[in-house]
Amino acid sequence: MTLEQTVVDTVERARATPERQQAYAALGLTDDEYARIREILGRRPTSGELAMYSVMWSEHCSYKSSKKYLRRFGERVTDRMREHLMVGMGQNAGVVDVGRGWAVTFKVESHNHPSYVEPFQGAATGVGGIVRDIIAMGARPVAVMDQLRFGDLAEADTLRVVHGVVAGISFYGNCLGLPNIGGETVFDPVYQGNPLVNALCVGVLKHEDLRLANATGAGNLVVLFGARTGGDGIGGASILASDTFTASGPTKRPAVQVGDPFAEKVLIECCLELYAGGLVEAIQDLGAAGISCATSELAANGDGGMRIDLDAVLLRDPTLTAEEILMSESQERMMAVVAPERLEGFLAVTGRWDVETSVLGTVTETGRLEITWHGETIVDVDPATVAVDGPVYDRPVARPAGLDALQADSATGLPRPADGPAIAEQLRALIGSPNLADVGWITDQYDRYVLGNTALAFPDDAGMIRVDEESGLGVAIATDANGRYSELDPRAGAQLALAEAYRNVAVTGARPLAVTDCLNFGAPTNPEVMWQFAETVDGLSEACLALEVPVTGGNVSLYNQTGDRAIHPTPVVGVLGVIDDVAKRVPSGWQDDGLNLYLLGETALELDGSAWAQVVHGHLGGRPPAVRLEAERALAGLLAAGASEGLLAAAHDLSEGGLAATLVEGVLRFGVGARVWLDEVLERDGVDAATALFSESTARVLVAVPREEDVRFVGLCAGRRVPAIRLGVTDAESGMLEVQGLLTERIEDLRRIRWGVLPAALGARSTAAGS
Amino acid sequence: MTRIGVITFPGSLDDGDARRAIRLAGGEPVRLWHGDHDLDGVDAIVLPGGFSYGDYLRCGAIAAHSPIMREVVDAAARGVPVLGICNGFQMLTEAHLLPGGLVRNDHGAFVCRDQRLAVESTRTAWTGGFEPGEQIVVPLKNGEGGYLADADTVARLEDEGRVVFRYLETDPNGSVHGIAGVANAAGNVVGLMPHPEHAVEPGFGPDTAAAMRSGVDGLRVFRSALEGVLAA
Repeated sequence: MTLEQTVVDTVERARATPERQQAYAALGLTDDEYARIREILGRRPTSGELAMYSVMWSEHCSYKSSKKYLRRFGERVTDRMREHLMVGMGQNAGVVDVGRGWAVTFKVESHNHPSYVEPFQGAATGVGGIVRDIIAMGARPVAVMDQLRFGDLAEADTLRVVHGVVAGISFYGNCLGLPNIGGETVFDPVYQGNPLVNALCVGVLKHEDLRLANATGAGNLVVLFGARTGGDGIGGASILASDTFTASGPTKRPAVQVGDPFAEKVLIECCLELYAGGLVEAIQDLGAAGISCATSELAANGDGGMRIDLDAVLLRDPTLTAEEILMSESQERMMAVVAPERLEGFLAVTGRWDVETSVLGTVTETGRLEITWHGETIVDVDPATVAVDGPVYDRPVARPAGLDALQADSATGLPRPADGPAIAEQLRALIGSPNLADVGWITDQYDRYVLGNTALAFPDDAGMIRVDEESGLGVAIATDANGRYSELDPRAGAQLALAEAYRNVAVTGARPLAVTDCLNFGAPTNPEVMWQFAETVDGLSEACLALEVPVTGGNVSLYNQTGDRAIHPTPVVGVLGVIDDVAKRVPSGWQDDGLNLYLLGETALELDGSAWAQVVHGHLGGRPPAVRLEAERALAGLLAAGASEGLLAAAHDLSEGGLAATLVEGVLRFGVGARVWLDEVLERDGVDAATALFSESTARVLVAVPREEDVRFVGLCAGRRVPAIRLGVTDAESGMLEVQGLLTERIEDLRRIRWGVLPAALGARSTAAGS
Repeated sequence: MTRIGVITFPGSLDDGDARRAIRLAGGEPVRLWHGDHDLDGVDAIVLPGGFSYGDYLRCGAIAAHSPIMREVVDAAARGVPVLGICNGFQMLTEAHLLPGGLVRNDHGAFVCRDQRLAVESTRTAWTGGFEPGEQIVVPLKNGEGGYLADADTVARLEDEGRVVFRYLETDPNGSVHGIAGVANAAGNVVGLMPHPEHAVEPGFGPDTAAAMRSGVDGLRVFRSALEGVLAA
């Protein structure tokens, strides 16, 4: 940090010394951006103002490279999509009406860079940050999920990152008392120097409890409460999240925040009690850019201005400068707008929870955000210029030079096995590969039970939470992304991520309703990355329109690269669905004997970008599977109807690893075997056995149907024009997965193969085996 | 209706679950606050799971000095049934209502799993409704659940039948003798690391051979106390 700071740089001094050199470049601002700030203010900024603009105009806070494209999500929306949308993009998190007077708010956000520099704290505070976004909407947080992408499991540094990240999530999430109900874990060398740690939180509220973070009502008080402000995380948004890592490795540790989940748990209860007592007008979380962000956003979203005395901020470290206080990203802090007559009640609640509180200032009518320090004005700005009207870039885009060659290199020509033993060997290799292995080593470190409303969690396809104890009303959430597909075709990749998350929600019996996304990409200054981003947003918004599920909010994370090497485009898409009664939910595996197994959907020769191509041939090339949105819609409608009528004993989607992976996961869910035959699939779809088992064609689901419901189920498929083939039966006696004429595998062997992968690489825990 | 108090400490997490369990077992849950000196005349007390005060000293150590704990100690001496679950068990050992202590899991990590247990003693206020030696499954979730006591204490607990729950199949946290829960000499105070309050409602408990998430073995822990109070 190079803030020259001997005397306080006041607005008055800034006017008097226009020539003074300012170290804006070290704060991440470009020459043009600095010039623009001078133009807005009609003078040079004070060092405090410079600090505020630098963090708020950072890529992380301003979305300056992505904003141009993100507008498409708002444009491609029909009235029907708006029907359930109570709050759309632009607020802390989107809010969806789920019926019976209940609403749900959810959002996924990245904490990638801090998690590489300091995996434990980075991941922990990633959970903390997204939870505070949910509280700011007036909701009680009820569950979290994490989307994790690490480097090669065989690399030593991957162990450092995995251990730290998982322990951080476990420590923070468990201590907050929020069940972790699902997520993703992917290992790929492209994430070696830039792991992705995304965190999703979902909260519930009654319609009338919805709050927006706006500072309105001149004379209302601006109150900071929660943890004290310290020197941690200074410049996290501008320095860490908006820059690339150099190959020389972690050096930016001081910019990572440190988390205290106990403080956050107390803060949650405190905020909910403040809302319930009608003691606050609004609450804004302090995350990236700390007080700079909270004050400017609250004021910009309000109808007036704000005057703040920075001396009133309670400090952990009294030597902090005004600029550091403005930029600090100390965790577990919130800012409230409180009517003066309610301050006493407010303080009674924070006092009861032993939460430290200080009144920083008032809402004004000036339209200005004014901040004083030691009695002098150090910030005097129009808050909208800080928080809303940041720079917007139309960066150059260019289709990647090597993409044509990559797409021409299809996996179709790779040798496929024809005989049973060879197919069986490849199946074992697939399920023993890191991305299809059992992730119990990770998920067993998360509390999935707390709050007592978890209806589904890992290893099922989506997490499901009961919202209303009386009616059983609940929501299901799944997230997905396939970076390999997106590398081959970012437009299709984004649509396939949406389709898979949508399908994963549908298989539980829930109706997909809304979307959140976390778009993880390389540096926007690289035109090829920007092209990938543009294609992704365009493709995703188009598919959201086709499936009629609106994007309610999310996050963009750029600069995910090491040196010149960007990650695969990784658009994590989260879909939320609603189910009228969680008692009707459907698990991903079967538990009873003699159920009929049906394969829904059609299989084509689609092995490009597949897990099979990766594991068996180390290959990435060609075109990802075709996007079949109409088929996905029909399938989702069928599954919702089937679940609601009680026709489905199990339903599991087909994705990475194809039918082979789905069958293995199906028998392992409850340890009940299956006998299947592929003849009819091979004949109808004109594919070979290896393709039938390993192809990743979309819009496919495997379902288990009780025999007594067979006629109704077949009728339902015909009525809804969903292709269905009876693939086999479940078998509780054999202890085997049998694909007739090809392979017979003992369930215990399959379990051992899948279970052993992570412990072998990451270190065994004494308790885990066989759980 | 029999009233069972659930004490909320700052950082308590499973207090709502404990109240739901009491309600489903047929009792009336009563909210109690750590800062009060008042037990509100309840018939039994549950110290719920969580991370009271962040567990920044030793787990349960600060909570053991909360104002309400003095009342709990007095009530325990009068024979009022007291159940400490997970963090609550840690509080009971820190308050010396139960012998021994809980240390970090031997493998170093937090673990959440559906845990098979043997009910070793049915002569306590919280296990009267079980058959001796009965096997049950309830969720376990802790980072510091390794039960530890000196050899004499362990021998005494074993001799006096005060090992109430024992881990089966695997010892998930390195507890001595696989001890999952213990009682005081009178049998009214019981502490255990696993979470019976998470196995009380069909659809939200552990998986069973019959159906997903249908395990409700934990319900009888609370019913045992309710029936015991009614019989007294």
